Amino acid sequence: MPFDPNDMMKDRITDIGPPKYDKYWPPVVKENYGKWKYHEILEPGVLVHVSETGAELYSVRVGAARLITVDLVRDICDIADKFCDGYLRWTTRNNVEFLVSDKSKLQPLLAELKSRGNWFPVGGTGASITNIVHTQGWAHCHTPAIDASGVVKAVMDELFDYFGSHKLPAQVRIALACCLNMCGAVHCSDIAILGVHRKPPFIEHDRVQNVCEIPLVIAACPTFAIKPKKVDDKKSIEINNDRCMFCGNCYTMCPALPLANDQGDGIALWVGGKVSNVVSQPMFSKLAVPFIPNEPPRWPTTVKMIKQIVEAYAAGARRYERIGDWINRIGWERFFERTDLEFRHEHIDDYRLAMTTWRTTTQFKF
Amino acid sequence: MTQKHATPLLDELEKGPWPSFVTDVKRRVDKSPMCNDWMGLMEMSFHDMEGHWKHGGIVGVFGYGGGVIGRYCDRPDMFPNVAHFHTVRVNQPCSKFYNTEILRKLCDLWDDKGSGLLNMHGSTGDIILLGTVTDQLEPIFYDLTHDLEMDLGGSGSNMRTPEGCIGKARCQWSCIDTQDIIYDITMEYQDALHRPMFPYKFKFKSSGCPCDCVAAIARADCSIIGTWRDKIRIDQEAVRAYVGGELIPQAGAQGARKDAFDIKAEVIDLCPTKCMEWDGKALKIWDEDCTRCMHCIRIMPRALWPGVDTGATILVGAKAPILDGAQLSSVVIPFLKMEPPYTEFKEFVEKMWDWWMEHGKNRERLGETIQRLTLREFLKVCDLTPDPRMVNTPRFNPYIFYDPAEVPGGWEHDAKAYRERHQA
Repeated sequence: MPFDPNDMMKDRITDIGPPKYDKYWPPVVKENYGKWKYHEILEPGVLVHVSETGAELYSVRVGAARLITVDLVRDICDIADKFCDGYLRWTTRNNVEFLVSDKSKLQPLLAELKSRGNWFPVGGTGASITNIVHTQGWAHCHTPAIDASGVVKAVMDELFDYFGSHKLPAQVRIALACCLNMCGAVHCSDIAILGVHRKPPFIEHDRVQNVCEIPLVIAACPTFAIKPKKVDDKKSIEINNDRCMFCGNCYTMCPALPLANDQGDGIALWVGGKVSNVVSQPMFSKLAVPFIPNEPPRWPTTVKMIKQIVEAYAAGARRYERIGDWINRIGWERFFERTDLEFRHEHIDDYRLAMTTWRTTTQFKF
Repeated sequence: MTQKHATPLLDELEKGPWPSFVTDVKRRVDKSPMCNDWMGLMEMSFHDMEGHWKHGGIVGVFGYGGGVIGRYCDRPDMFPNVAHFHTVRVNQPCSKFYNTEILRKLCDLWDDKGSGLLNMHGSTGDIILLGTVTDQLEPIFYDLTHDLEMDLGGSGSNMRTPEGCIGKARCQWSCIDTQDIIYDITMEYQDALHRPMFPYKFKFKSSGCPCDCVAAIARADCSIIGTWRDKIRIDQEAVRAYVGGELIPQAGAQGARKDAFDIKAEVIDLCPTKCMEWDGKALKIWDEDCTRCMHCIRIMPRALWPGVDTGATILVGAKAPILDGAQLSSVVIPFLKMEPPYTEFKEFVEKMWDWWMEHGKNRERLGETIQRLTLREFLKVCDLTPDPRMVNTPRFNPYIFYDPAEVPGGWEHDAKAYRERHQA
């Protein structure tokens, strides 16, 4: 029965949830669920998982943009039909994994991927820089300070060699969020690219009372910078600009407080975060570069500074050290020297709990 | 190809070795007027250095309070085909396994009723379908539920689509059945997923081991992370094979190494608790000192595995900075077996939710409510017992909020008797 626009409730199905998890597993996964014994990375981007039954599953990981089309998904399906009995998956970092149960199809699959120009780069495993997780940016979001897909494309082009190789001390996870909301949480990444605003919102007094709940706007400000104010005969608000830290939360609550601005907005870079519990504990990313102007279409300064960080890390870190581990060993004074990044007043915290980040020891390096 | 709008800036992103979203979308300009106008709008943003989408309007499917995000462009005069460009979030299958049959159905649906642009996947894990109009929402929902047997994901102040790592489907380290746990939570709480009932969003994420491949500890209000409390399993023969250079350390993650594997420098000395010893013949681990960081297991995956008394550590409160600063999740249940039907876990979840729904402020994440009303209060309402595993250190300020019930006589003083003992 097709959808009947005149009777929306007819045959309506709701709350069925997602397909059950085993519905799209290849047979080798069904048969070896919970029985996997070990894995090996045969070459960058190519993994084999071996079961205690002796069964093998080959996974070929390819990079993809996060913003894709159904045409690309169909291309991916064509490849999976030809080499993988139609089975594939995506990783949490927007890579595609072709799942090969028949070893004889592995090399032909790799040859096919290679033959298709730059659509399907193989890599993203081990001590590499894998795909950058990111947000919508100018493509589809209402609060961005920067674009997302464009910045990511420019950065990955520059770091491409690291995607298909295993030559770093450890994996480097890069993430981008186009505003402080961080709908792609980037606060624990080896390198985080964050869109920031630098101008307080302007107030459209004509619109505020029509489109905003004023008490919610006032409550939304974490620094209590917003007060109610009557302008002429209209209910509105006023903002103490000196208290604004540009989080944009008031704009989320009230569209009559725009803060996006071509000159005000740009990129901050953060380093040294991680989520895994391996060797060291999970860490937040810390500020490396407070502000870089938006430079579409290829954001050259951002790309250059990220490259500086990656190269200093690659040269200085010991095997298995993540960027944060490396910095903790050498110290922040050395980090800024070796990456040739400027240390400025913005790096010294002045928000809540700021004193927990100040140096309270005579131990530091000259 | 007939592009309606010239895109000299976007065209620059067709260069370079990484796959280009511009080249991909350009393929669609003839078939999709939406994609054609989207290219123009995007080019305008690249030129203006400002976004051109308005605040979301309230749109959705009947009976659901989430899953669709209204999106309108702010220059419909120039780009009428993306005047309405709503997002549809579709709950992904666990761990993002697909076959081509379901993917082709999804492509046909989105070609027919949307722009054909999508994210595989959004940050939370959903399939994100980008760009459709209000009139298509009910037909899309009908096709999704009838033909694809799929459902919408979460948005707004509801339970967001739960997400898990690949787990036992293809990983030897998974200490819990992340796929079953995530599916079970998703199905049990469908109502909370589709109908906003919370102060703000609520995320569950589950990783099978402390490597935490879905970043549960950094971004889930409730993080379920697999662990074990017995001994690391050791195959001594395989350890010797690593030392002898017959096996490749870290499963080949470092590529072709020039130097020989040094078990002391690369494993023993890097152990955060120094609980291991290698005497040239056998690896000894003092498991009672192990904090299960996974390093040794990752470096010698053919010799070491997590133990067999497995379960999960439950942590709560992670979030990105908005509003009160970023938080990592904190341990509240050091170990839970996590076996179906997960009764003990769900009892905990419901106590936690009841408290948060009653006391959480509008747009306050659980971690912020706990900060404001204290971890002690959270433990009390969830019937959890304080445990040193819940803190990095005991407090180092003396300002304890004592409970009058724990002080003899409560907070009452006998003022008269006091003044009989002490002259003012």
